[in-house]
Amino acid sequence: MRAPFQQLTRLRRYAVIYEALWRNSVVREMSFKGNFLLWIVVEVLWFALQLCFIGVIYLHTDHIATWTKWEVVLLVGASHFIQQIFQAFFLTNCTQLSELIRTGRLDFMLLLPVNTRFLVSLRQVDLGGFVNAATGLAVMGYAARQLHATPSAAQAVCFALLCGAGVLIHYSLMFLLASVAFWTVRAQGIVWGYYSLFNIARLPDAAFQGFFRAFFTFAMPMLLVANVPAKLLLNRLTSPGPVLLLFGMAGVCFFVSEVFWRRSIRRYTSASA
Amino acid sequence: MQKYWHVIKIGFANTLVYRVNFFARAAFSLIPLLATIYLWRAVYRGQSAGVGGYSLAGMTSYYLLVTMVDTLTAVNEDDWQIAADIKDGNISQFLLKPINYLGYRLCLFVSGRMIFTAVSLLPVGLFVFCMRRYVVAPPDGMALGCAALATVLTGLLQFFMSYTMALAAFWLLEVSTLIFIVFAFEYIAGGHLFPLNILPPAVEAALNFTPFPYLLYFPVSVYLGQVKGAALWKGLGMEAGWTLVFYLLALAVWERGIRKYSAVGG
Repeated sequence: MRAPFQQLTRLRRYAVIYEALWRNSVVREMSFKGNFLLWIVVEVLWFALQLCFIGVIYLHTDHIATWTKWEVVLLVGASHFIQQIFQAFFLTNCTQLSELIRTGRLDFMLLLPVNTRFLVSLRQVDLGGFVNAATGLAVMGYAARQLHATPSAAQAVCFALLCGAGVLIHYSLMFLLASVAFWTVRAQGIVWGYYSLFNIARLPDAAFQGFFRAFFTFAMPMLLVANVPAKLLLNRLTSPGPVLLLFGMAGVCFFVSEVFWRRSIRRYTSASA
Repeated sequence: MQKYWHVIKIGFANTLVYRVNFFARAAFSLIPLLATIYLWRAVYRGQSAGVGGYSLAGMTSYYLLVTMVDTLTAVNEDDWQIAADIKDGNISQFLLKPINYLGYRLCLFVSGRMIFTAVSLLPVGLFVFCMRRYVVAPPDGMALGCAALATVLTGLLQFFMSYTMALAAFWLLEVSTLIFIVFAFEYIAGGHLFPLNILPPAVEAALNFTPFPYLLYFPVSVYLGQVKGAALWKGLGMEAGWTLVFYLLALAVWERGIRKYSAVGG
């Protein structure tokens, strides 16, 4: 009888810690209000730019593989939504890991009586990410209207779950690459390199074939992250296969990153005096 | 002049430290490029008319050339470093020494580009080799010469624009948002994403009056022989004009900024 009760108090303890981290982040963000708003402008601009690219392509054709214009717009919106949610919770924390290692500040986190990965991964929340995720949702809504598609409640719930799995994939792979810093110290190049692969997630999977498609489905599942949830809303899924694959790959990615993290942390020799 | 030669040598040594980072960046940037090329293939599979006068091979050549010109001319760390120099008070020493900060930064930019190009030679070269079917020769020697000249001007324009923007650090605490906003415009109006002549002609004509096409697109289109005769001279004139404008703007902003400068931490 005691075990589940203990689990519950542990969960509550982490919830309290996470709440404190949130409060900290809000205070930090609000002390630079102008900057906070400007970063939102930057993200909106880059999102608009991706949509322009799609618009320009569809000036010259009416379909890419089997995808029509508004279907791709919905895909780009879904991809932006997932990426921004990832950004809100994890991105800054992942890019800062190599700094924590280089300066030896990781020492303090190892000493605290909480799971180190929890603390390192969730230390800061980027609130702008939620605003930008909302613009992604708005674009998706507009595209759905153009397609005369109204998702059912079941579809919406399933979409949310799939997005969660997508965020988990982004986070696991990014954290895996950030952990390389335990070996090379300077891993920021690799982390930003991975960030450029996010561009692939917003492209329709049907445009790709052969090795490229297989690699970005089974090794680095970029072509699953946004494509599967978008296809679900577009009623393009004929079998539950892709859904199971996305959940499966999310599990595998998280497991691999956890194993790698545990091996890496064993190598850590503090850098400070 | 000799002191600037020393700066170039320092620049070589400094950037060589980051060769692995450069290599990673050059190699990783090829994957989205490959994705874009595949995307166009899918577009061309669906229709037969071609896109804005480009065949699939022509479109692929375009992206290969964009990658090469971008490797040769794009600013990647210089603007951050200039802004940091101002914020940390490092420029104080340049006010005391008989060396011009703009000249110093230009030397570092040139040496940085040379190292970056050398390091990218392996991944980019390998990529271009795999796509060698799509490597096209310019129509004549004239186009090649003008494209080379336009590329040099592109490098200078890239540098002067970034330099001027980074000088905003005299007034602002954070310039990275500004840099990213301008980069967004450069990315779309400079031809990174798609060749500008597949846009409606009126839009393309309007863009040609802005500095953005000269940051990447113009030398590529000269090389491909798309701009000829009077249009070529007009384009080169516009490019030289914008380069001069940003050079003068850089000097003017520096003059005003230095009066505001309070040597924080210096």
